[in-house]
Amino acid sequence: MDFDLTEEQRLLADTVKGLLDKRYDANARLALLDSELGWSRELWKQYAELGLLGLAVDEQYGGAGMGPAELAIVMESFGRALVLEPFLSTVVLGGSLVAEAGTAEQKQELLPKVAAGELLLAFACTEPGSRWSFTELVTTAKQDGERWTLNGEKIAVLGGDSADVLVVTARTDDGIGLFLVDAADVIRASYAMQDGLRGADILLTDAPATLLGTSTDALAVIDAVVDRATAALCAEAVGAMGRMLTMTVDYLKTRVQFGQPIAVFQALQFRSADMYVSLEQARSMTLLARLALSGDDPAERQRLVQAAKIQIDLAGKHISQEAIQLHGGIGMTMEYPVGHYAKRVTVIAKTFADTDTLLAAVGSGEGLVHA
Amino acid sequence: MEIALAKEDIAFAEKLRSLFTTEIPAEIRAKGQRGEPLSKADFLTSQRILNAHALAVPHWPVEWGGQDWTPVQRHLWAEELALAHVPPPLAFNAAMVGPVIATFGSEELKQRFLPKTANLDIWWCQGFSEPNAGSDLASLKSTAVRDGDEYVVNGQKTWTTLAQYADWIFALVRTDPAAKKQQGISFLLIDMATPGVTVRPIHLIDGGYEVNEVFLDNVRVPADQLVGEENRGWDYAKFLLGNERTANAGTGVIKTRIIRLKQIAAETIANGRPVLDDPLFRARLTRLEVETTALEMSVMRVLANESKHPGKPDPVSSVLKLRGSELQQEATELLMDVVGPAALAYRESPDLPDGFSAMPNGAIDAMPRYFNWRKASIYAGSNEVQRTIIAKAILKF
Repeated sequence: MDFDLTEEQRLLADTVKGLLDKRYDANARLALLDSELGWSRELWKQYAELGLLGLAVDEQYGGAGMGPAELAIVMESFGRALVLEPFLSTVVLGGSLVAEAGTAEQKQELLPKVAAGELLLAFACTEPGSRWSFTELVTTAKQDGERWTLNGEKIAVLGGDSADVLVVTARTDDGIGLFLVDAADVIRASYAMQDGLRGADILLTDAPATLLGTSTDALAVIDAVVDRATAALCAEAVGAMGRMLTMTVDYLKTRVQFGQPIAVFQALQFRSADMYVSLEQARSMTLLARLALSGDDPAERQRLVQAAKIQIDLAGKHISQEAIQLHGGIGMTMEYPVGHYAKRVTVIAKTFADTDTLLAAVGSGEGLVHA
Repeated sequence: MEIALAKEDIAFAEKLRSLFTTEIPAEIRAKGQRGEPLSKADFLTSQRILNAHALAVPHWPVEWGGQDWTPVQRHLWAEELALAHVPPPLAFNAAMVGPVIATFGSEELKQRFLPKTANLDIWWCQGFSEPNAGSDLASLKSTAVRDGDEYVVNGQKTWTTLAQYADWIFALVRTDPAAKKQQGISFLLIDMATPGVTVRPIHLIDGGYEVNEVFLDNVRVPADQLVGEENRGWDYAKFLLGNERTANAGTGVIKTRIIRLKQIAAETIANGRPVLDDPLFRARLTRLEVETTALEMSVMRVLANESKHPGKPDPVSSVLKLRGSELQQEATELLMDVVGPAALAYRESPDLPDGFSAMPNGAIDAMPRYFNWRKASIYAGSNEVQRTIIAKAILKF
């Protein structure tokens, strides 16, 4: 049992941090938020050069072939800097879906381009009526020889605004399949999400599609990739929450009222201490989620990852609410960073599933603690 | 938590589990399982069996009966004891005075006390808190004045757990009234049978009797019962309180309580279905299970750190007592909710006159345990003290 970073992992962490420290100060980020694209293609190229975009891609497809630990390191750094680039949608979701479900030809065609930063992907899995289910879908896929046609509507597609290729879930005769759809063949309504990350709603009207892989029942792959992405989100949230705590504590030490720094007030110290407890409990569960990804039993893997996400949701709510409250009015402003972190962790808590849905899932069967 | 453990550690835990469940009498373990109080004899039997297997004081030096275990193995030992409902070795002996004597005591003190302490031939109690020295322990006022070969001790100790069973007390006493707060304190071993020692029970809100006041009135204590050096007692006390940081989390206790309350919730019918299947209850339970899993993983992080960097302070360990005590308390709250109206009657025995329905599991102990366990966020450094430690030591307020 050794949870320390290896030498290579430390190097990776330092490299990513070095780049983000230089390029992601609050003003630079605000400028990106206001830009048309909402993120930086130039930084995207740098991520590719550092190997981050091919981090989890097999070496034979131009990647580095690294695992969940390295992904967690990158995501935590991204969370600390509140990175806007579509890493989760392209690399963690899109790239993993292609890698897990795709045929050798599809992987050869798509993954090297992802790793090189030349192709953007997005995962379109949510519909107006699906809530948090991956199977309660209206979108259908119809087969005509080798060709497929998709009809339906997808919402809240992270990175859907700029993706070149969409990985779309749709109902088939056998279950839920995954399909590759060229973004040029759909109608997109693009927007900034509540946290500033970009997304889109997508209309599929007789959209030509290719089956990803060979199976028209891809639920097991979807679950595995969503678990991987959930663990990545946990790491991102830990980065963001850690930053919120640091900012809050620093602020309390410098904000003077009644003739003294408000850090002298025990009420504020204790609330900060409770934020630290929430953060460390969340960090522990994020580590557990990462270990669970390497497990053999998919049901156990999912249960532990979902349990971790519950902890992250609860900690995210606690820490972000307290961070704003302890800052006072300044925490409410767009120009001060803490509210942006609060928005990101709030959106994370509503990504893939909400807390009640996860509680119901984790609490089914024998639960986490049993004889 | 198998996912975080090495294969050897899992095998180690399994070996302990099978030993605990075969060697410790079933009727003693069944009491723990049913939440019934343990007698003095139960503690004696259990600790002596453990000691015969060299499992009573594994964290002591090997020459005094300890095992050369890793931090993870020590944790698993405590965890498996709890999960098997084995009365744990008396903390005052095994975790407190034993390690202090073994580390700071003279060879003579070690030989005189350690074997009997390991075997519970001496039952120790802890004389630290005083009426006006709780969280601020160093403000204690009991005095020991040297008189020839003896110390004359005067003062009052309180919250002395199970002093009614104790043969000896290890006490912090002030030997230099002129010195600054922490510096004039010594660590003294006192025979409870010495004239001038009086024990008075304190009755707690749960209806039970586990703590006492201990009055020390001109108690003459042989000077060779001083541990280590005079006026160094505070250092020894800090050493004692800093031992086994991960034990404070109480993950084994929490898991044991969750397993039991789930079993009772599965057997208890409300509105035509088991309470366990009530979605509202289930959500609360699952939240507790998630928090407990997180706490266990925090324990794993601290243990991994301790194994790799022995002696290096680990800020995460301050989370363990704070969150652990809260989760222990939450488990008692859920059990009380599961048992429902059957928990309302205050009873000491499960026996009812003929014709009445049998009392359900938990009826006797659910509510007293809930009240009793309010102590967990008060003792061993109140949770407010823990928050202060986090605020000062980690967040640098």
